[in-house]
Amino acid sequence: MQSAALARSARLAWWAGLAVLAAAPFIGLYPIFMMNALCFAIFACAFNLLLGFTGLLSFGHAAYFGAAAYVTGWLVRTAGWSPELGVIAGTVLAGLIGLAVGLIAIRRQGIYFAMITLAMAQMVYFVWLQAPFTGGEDGLQGVPRGTLFGFIPLASDVTLYYVVLAVFVAVFLFIVRVVHSPYGQVLKAIRENEPRAVSLGYDVDRYKLLAFVLSTALAGLAGSMKTLVLGFATLSDAHWSLSGEVVLMALLGGLGTFAGPVLGAFTIIGLQNFLADRVGAWVTVIIGAIFVVCVVAFRRGFVGELLAWQQRRGKQAD
Amino acid sequence: MEILGIPLQAFLGQLMLGLVNGSFYAMLSLGLAVIFGLLGIVNFAHGALYMIGAYVAWMSLEYFGLNYWFALVLAPLVVGALGVVIERTLLKRLYKIDPIYGLLLTFGLALIAEGVFRDQFGVSGQQYPVPELLQGATNLGFMVLPNYRAFVVFASLLVCLATWWVIERTRLGSYLRAGTENPALVQAFGVNVPMMVMLTYAAGAGLAALAGVLAAPVIQVTPLMGSNLIIVVFAVVVIGGMGSILGSILTGLVLGIVEGLTKVFYPEASSVVVFVIMAIVLMIRPAGLFGKEA
Repeated sequence: MQSAALARSARLAWWAGLAVLAAAPFIGLYPIFMMNALCFAIFACAFNLLLGFTGLLSFGHAAYFGAAAYVTGWLVRTAGWSPELGVIAGTVLAGLIGLAVGLIAIRRQGIYFAMITLAMAQMVYFVWLQAPFTGGEDGLQGVPRGTLFGFIPLASDVTLYYVVLAVFVAVFLFIVRVVHSPYGQVLKAIRENEPRAVSLGYDVDRYKLLAFVLSTALAGLAGSMKTLVLGFATLSDAHWSLSGEVVLMALLGGLGTFAGPVLGAFTIIGLQNFLADRVGAWVTVIIGAIFVVCVVAFRRGFVGELLAWQQRRGKQAD
Repeated sequence: MEILGIPLQAFLGQLMLGLVNGSFYAMLSLGLAVIFGLLGIVNFAHGALYMIGAYVAWMSLEYFGLNYWFALVLAPLVVGALGVVIERTLLKRLYKIDPIYGLLLTFGLALIAEGVFRDQFGVSGQQYPVPELLQGATNLGFMVLPNYRAFVVFASLLVCLATWWVIERTRLGSYLRAGTENPALVQAFGVNVPMMVMLTYAAGAGLAALAGVLAAPVIQVTPLMGSNLIIVVFAVVVIGGMGSILGSILTGLVLGIVEGLTKVFYPEASSVVVFVIMAIVLMIRPAGLFGKEA
């Protein structure tokens, strides 16, 4: 009874959330903000696939976001590619960099994995800093949105918003599908008890590597979409502080939950937007303080706390 | 005289600068390793503590007229006290849970510190003068050696070796090593383990601050100096493995020199060379050069 009621209210929440997103341009939500937040929601969901469902902390996810942002920006602006091809190229490239980094990083576990991915991301960052086509400190500016599939002009914010929303929903459903697949169950087993997964005969490294590549490719997709939305790619897309922010988005919303990273991304992006003109350098302080509070007192995040609360209530009702 | 087409003076100058950077890598990775050993926490805030150390030196000169030698004592004490506060109020809540939370918490602390100092001082650097006693340079015949740089290398080597001696050769150090292996048993023998853990974090923080004071006259003091360094130090720690103290010292120094030499021969790669070496070491010997675990 209880779980059926829970499933019903969860389904209701999903449809309500989707309805708000679908109606966003008509209920006064600023489309650029919504598109930006959705891109970061894709990013946070991709990251959560790794930390929340596989138990791997990548501390360098901005590398893939930034790489795809640059590549899509350059292809669309300078090489004149269509937006869909630019986004696909960015996603594929991010996945390939993820494959290279993953092959090195999965040789160590736990906290070392985090340090290695951070160091590799910093290396990629220096490459972008020096590469001739990224525009150095100025970044790539003025990336046109172009025409999707040759017949949908993206110049209008509302049109582009629905494209971004469609990509977001597709990524979200894809991640739900992956987690619920037999492959996703193996990932969970690795998260819970890696030695046991090994002893059951799973080639753990291959599962982890595939999860890493999937996650980095989706992070790249988020970066590519962000470049189309805002029309630029800069060094801050690849900086370690962004790698930290995506961790915070997933943690604040709830690691290992589906809706958590989305809520986390909207909260952090909204907060940054709100604070940017008001407090200057204190944005960093506030983000840092949220980090500390989350780790000390709020490790389950929004969604995790909600689920735990419902479970407690369910127990009392029995 | 030239080496591979590089003037000898430039070559030796970069070598010396590399050795100076290597001293900082050694001091920071040493503290990181000791803290990780006992607390099981990778202290992302280590770079921020180093930065605060440098700012304590700068502020005590600017506002109170306290000279370099005072700062050399004062900064480790101030930052060590800050370490005590951090450990008592925050870190001690995390000992029983997944170590990634320790990394995330200290990352948050680093952001807070960086933001506060950026708000106060902006991102442009502050100059800290070389202390009078160590100004000038000594002509060694084959090169001109800036006195202060020689002092930095000498002082940090001394500090590193002293730390090694305390941990490997004294009774206190034996408690520390035992606490790393099995804290519950050491506590049962009557050693105050929570106190020891607190003081270890404070000592690691003080070591980082000392490195910050030593660094203040050779680099620009900026709020970002810590985060730029800590990522390289992480790579150094991965290369060396956190198992051995002499190993961390040696790895830090050697990587500093390698970085310096890269600046001479292929400047474009100097900012990534440590990361490239890390990738190569991980392929050949995943546990790190001096690592114990398989």
